[in-house]
Amino acid sequence: MMTGTYWRRRLLGFEFVTGFVLTGGMVALVLLSDVLFPDGGSAMDLTARLQPPGQSLAHILGTDPLGRDVLARVVVGGQVSLTVGVVSVLGAVIVGIAAGLIAGYYRGVWDIVLMRWADVQLALPFILIAITFAAILGADMWRLIAFMAIAQWVQYARVVRGAVLSLREREYVQSARSFGVGDLAILWRHILPNAIGPVIILMTLNVANNILLESSLTFLGLGIDPLTPSWGGMLADGRSYLQSAWWVGVFPGLAIMLTVLGLNLLGDWFRDVLDPTSQSGT
Amino acid sequence: MIGFLARRLAQAIFVIFVVTLLVAWAVRLSGDPAVMLAQGAGSVTAHDLENIRRGLGLDRPFSAQYLGFVSGMLHGDFGRSFMGGTSVALLIRQALPLTLLLAFVSLALSLLISIPLGIQAAVRRGRLADQLIRMLSLVGLSFPNFWLALMLVLVFSITLGWLPPSGADERAGLIMPAATLAVILTATNVRLVRGAMLDTLSAQYIMVARGKGLGERAVLYRHALRNCAIPLITYIGLQFGGLIGGVVVVERVFNWPGMGSLAFDAVAARDYPVLQAVVTILAAMIVLVNLATDVIYGLVDPRISRE
Repeated sequence: MMTGTYWRRRLLGFEFVTGFVLTGGMVALVLLSDVLFPDGGSAMDLTARLQPPGQSLAHILGTDPLGRDVLARVVVGGQVSLTVGVVSVLGAVIVGIAAGLIAGYYRGVWDIVLMRWADVQLALPFILIAITFAAILGADMWRLIAFMAIAQWVQYARVVRGAVLSLREREYVQSARSFGVGDLAILWRHILPNAIGPVIILMTLNVANNILLESSLTFLGLGIDPLTPSWGGMLADGRSYLQSAWWVGVFPGLAIMLTVLGLNLLGDWFRDVLDPTSQSGT
Repeated sequence: MIGFLARRLAQAIFVIFVVTLLVAWAVRLSGDPAVMLAQGAGSVTAHDLENIRRGLGLDRPFSAQYLGFVSGMLHGDFGRSFMGGTSVALLIRQALPLTLLLAFVSLALSLLISIPLGIQAAVRRGRLADQLIRMLSLVGLSFPNFWLALMLVLVFSITLGWLPPSGADERAGLIMPAATLAVILTATNVRLVRGAMLDTLSAQYIMVARGKGLGERAVLYRHALRNCAIPLITYIGLQFGGLIGGVVVVERVFNWPGMGSLAFDAVAARDYPVLQAVVTILAAMIVLVNLATDVIYGLVDPRISRE
């Protein structure tokens, strides 16, 4: 068992550092993309079309069929994916926390309605419905965000409700109530902070999932407008050049994978740190 | 128990109802299919459009259309494709077996890898091997399935020339789509096997089996694995929705002529009866698999159904 904890601890450190570097690095690059690549990745260098990576300093990752710099487009393309991932999760979290707090604290009819609806929603095959809606109604960034938030808020509502149920009868909450602290203050100051751990884990994993979902919808032509640089859109372009210019299709996918891997590593690390009873460790 | 069954069944029916309603509503919102059908047909009068609408049954109110669609589905009549009037049921009879084949081959492939790996991870819990398997599974979880598919094509079709890049004409066409899905499924399944095995290995009968001098292999595979079969089947059943979602996307990349490709062709042609039928059938399958999983679990472990 000694060796067990040893390796677990080594890898936990590794998970955190790698996850933090990957996620943080990607976020930093994307936040700085307007400074790093003021042309938004759309400048065409027609003398250097389909240039392989490593041939010139101007195009370290090569160029696409229109002579646009692949590195610039990957970095700028990250804006869409990260925005969709983060904003959709924030929307879902806000609605989910509010609903979960109300249902768990006040119980009653709200609780019953919420939980029955959550059961239904969790059983819906959302990927299929997403494809159908995007295909029929067309999609843009805000529709995708709204769709994901609507699809996922119940996950947070469930988690928060469960935590509230276990906390509301605790002594410290009872004593706060006996001092005349209002419901809102109790929820906000005494219950929410203790329920936030599982929410953070879920958020991290859902940002990753939503980045994957957005890029696959865009890749299939059902997501972000192809004229806006995005990872899924670049992969759809790169697909036709797989034979002659592999780099057009390799680097955007690598960007998705590294971002998602970073988030998954952080999520795993959070799980171990925030939830000491978790089964995943030693 | 009966109450539990009835509740789950009612819920499943309600979910299918919500799905059909959402799909029918989306189709309805999309604008007038008659205009789209008439595009490129030269001069079209309002009268022609009216005729097309009547021919497609679009002149009836939404409730009538919806009821017609549902009762048709219940009778096995999925309507006719907007494109040339082929029976949708026929299209589905051709596509569904290919989708199921792909789904089950990927699942089988993934179990073949994840059961031994998950068992090893559980036995060596916390040690280097366990941690490496855990890292690998995180990497597997991070692959966008469509990109992994493209990378396999790049390596095995374009660079090495070993496998056909797409289609279902040759048997080898199954290898890459199944491998793509299996990698991603394995990433989750390894964790499920590991978790289920950890719960089982601490049980008393395992100690008894070890104590009576059984070999480690026999203990693990004959006693432990058999006892965690039920939780495993449950977890895997609950992932069926994700599997089908993945199949739909991967089919598209490899031009595998299953339900996914059928759906995307229908999208491109705005062929709504086909799209509607494909989505409804896949959704109903997912809901029924989840229902069956719940029921099996409830039968085996009565604590669940009393909750």
